[in-house]
This record gives sequence, structure tokens and C-alpha cells, in this order.
Amino acid sequence: MDLSLSTRTVGDRTVVDVGGEIDVYTAPKLREQLVELVNDGSYHLVVDMERVDFLDSTGLGVLVGGLKRVRAHEGSLRLVCNQERILKIFRITGLTKVFPIHTSVDEAVAATD
Amino acid sequence: MATVELRFSALPEHVRTARLVAAAVARRAGVDEAVLDEVRLAVGEACSRAVGLHRSNDVAAPITVMLIEDEKKFSIEVGDEVPGTPVGSVPGVQGADGEPDGAESAADEAEDEMGLAVISGLVDDVEVSSTETGGVIRMSWPTVPDPVLP
Repeated sequence: MDLSLSTRTVGDRTVVDVGGEIDVYTAPKLREQLVELVNDGSYHLVVDMERVDFLDSTGLGVLVGGLKRVRAHEGSLRLVCNQERILKIFRITGLTKVFPIHTSVDEAVAATD
Repeated sequence: MATVELRFSALPEHVRTARLVAAAVARRAGVDEAVLDEVRLAVGEACSRAVGLHRSNDVAAPITVMLIEDEKKFSIEVGDEVPGTPVGSVPGVQGADGEPDGAESAADEAEDEMGLAVISGLVDDVEVSSTETGGVIRMSWPTVPDPVLP
């Protein structure tokens, strides 16, 4: 399965809906999307990963890169994920301490910390 | 001899194929259903790393994946043909081949390290070795006694 990407605006946040597999082949597409959003002035991003079937370290690297970019503009990058197999990868790599991970898009959009 | 041996060109698009094949053979070998996600992820990480190494070192040879079914365990060996790959070396410092020490290579290595971190976090039995002919990541998982045959 390939990667699917779509974006929508909710208040002052931009929600990126990601579906499919984020791996060494597809991660560059996600990177392009995040770079494009930041270049266009969207600095508060919510990446919804509920429809992601697979995520590897290349995908993690892209998310970390996205976080660095938005932070350079005092922005934020929040994740939405309830899938145990995906959350496990964030735990193994210690990235649960780096990303705010929410259980729903509504919660992520409302978060202000 | 390996139960199944897979060789593929060092291209990112083939890593998914390797994941699918590895998971299918692991399932047949009797690896617990709950662990198959880990097998898929670990073999993907190992293959992504090998693809990255071949590409950054201009190695034209394919990546080799051996899927080996034993009585009590299922093993995967992912081999690259990049000699003496430094494992756990200082990030951003390249080998003696005069590769420029740019930000990009540092980023590649950080990604590489994260891949190894994922593998060692997932797999209890893992061994990373490197010789003059290339590197190998060996991983194994226990199998249940009576696998359900398709």
C-alpha cells in the first residue's frame, strides 16, 4: 500500500491526514508535504496517524525533521495515534518524550501547552 | 541452505517486498502471529539500512535476505556488500574513503542509528557483524511447536 496524504485547516492548525505505509520509499513524500506546509507559513501542525499501517525509522526521521522546522518558527507538531503497534515504535526510540501524542484530532487541535 | 533467499536491487521501493516476503515465510515457519509485526518492522529496518549503505557507497550489488527456518527458531539475515561498515561509530564521521562530512551524511547516519535502535529495541536475539566483504544483521525469533499449515 502506498502513502496517502491530505491536509485541512482547523482553526489555526493544519491537520495532515496520513494513511498507508511510511517507510524508506514513501517517507520522502511526507517530508515534502511537511516542508511545503512550513514554507507556506503553516507552523502549527497536527499529523493524524490513525490510518497509518506501517511506520519505520525513516518515517520517524521525517517527523523529527518536521518538528525541527516548525520549532524554528515557534510552531508545534502534534501527533494523533491510538495504534499500539505504532506507539510502540515511538516508545522504543524514546520519541514519546519528544512529540505530544494525542488520542484524537479534536484533542490535538485544542491543546495549547 | 536458507528456506527462502531473496536478492533485490538496492532501491527503496523493494524494501516493502522484502517485508512482505519475510512476514509470509515467518508466519509459515510458526512465528507467533503477535510477533509478525515486529518481524516486518525489523526486516524493513535492516533492509532500509542496507539500501542506504549501498546507495551512499555506490555499490551496485543487490541486498541479500536469507529467511531460515529451524526446528525451534526462525532467523533472518540481511546482508550488505559494503566492507567494514562502522557500527556505532561517531555520527557524521565517515570512513577512510574521503566521503565529505556534510550535514546530509550526518543526517543519514542519524537515521541509520535510529534504525539499529529500533531493531535492538524490538528483537531480543540480534547480532550485527561486519567483515571485509560486507555487513550482516542476524535476527531470530522462536517458533511455536506446531505451526498451522495453510
